Amino acid sequence: MAEIKVDCTGETCPVPLVETRKALRKAAAGDIIEVIGTHPASKKEIPMAVKALGLELVEQTEEGDTWRIRIRK
Amino acid sequence: MADNGKNKATIIAHSGDMDKIYSALIVANGALAMGMEASIFFTFWGLQRLKKGGLDKGPLSKMNMLGLGKWMVTRKMKAAKVASLERMLSDFVEMGGKILACDMTMEIMGIKKEDLRDDLISDYCAVGTYVNEARESAITLFI
Repeated sequence: MAEIKVDCTGETCPVPLVETRKALRKAAAGDIIEVIGTHPASKKEIPMAVKALGLELVEQTEEGDTWRIRIRK
Repeated sequence: MADNGKNKATIIAHSGDMDKIYSALIVANGALAMGMEASIFFTFWGLQRLKKGGLDKGPLSKMNMLGLGKWMVTRKMKAAKVASLERMLSDFVEMGGKILACDMTMEIMGIKKEDLRDDLISDYCAVGTYVNEARESAITLFI
């Protein structure tokens, strides 16, 4: 199973959400997608998308302005 | 999925104003990213933006000031790292969004298929197609 990194540091609406979705579409079942970003609203909205897509939010962490979200497809 | 079982967003892009095309694409891309289906029906001034090289040519809906306002807003958007319309449109297509072109507008305005970005357009159609898409949609907007 692969681990895919998506770096959206400095990007704004709707790029982090869109890049997350694009990566999830390409990933295989079981892959881990790790999204890193700084856009505050996306930190709340990516987990909403994960829920809507019926996927698993593995981990969410924050360090300063940077957040990191790990999703399992 | 929405509680009513509908899981689609259908947007009419009637305006060709740059900021409104941004709104249409941001909402549509958000819907796709959140797991919905999405389609944008480009009509009237909106359809002008599907002409080759026309996507970012629209004026600002307010305070355009012969292009000065648009220039200022575009600069601010670049500084804020807002993605280009071109990128948003290609993301929309990549995530499976459908682009519909109004054939009546084409007739009224003398726009031919070869004037438009045919490779991106899923269908040339009329109001019946919009209504059929909209009746299955939890979100429908006229922009």
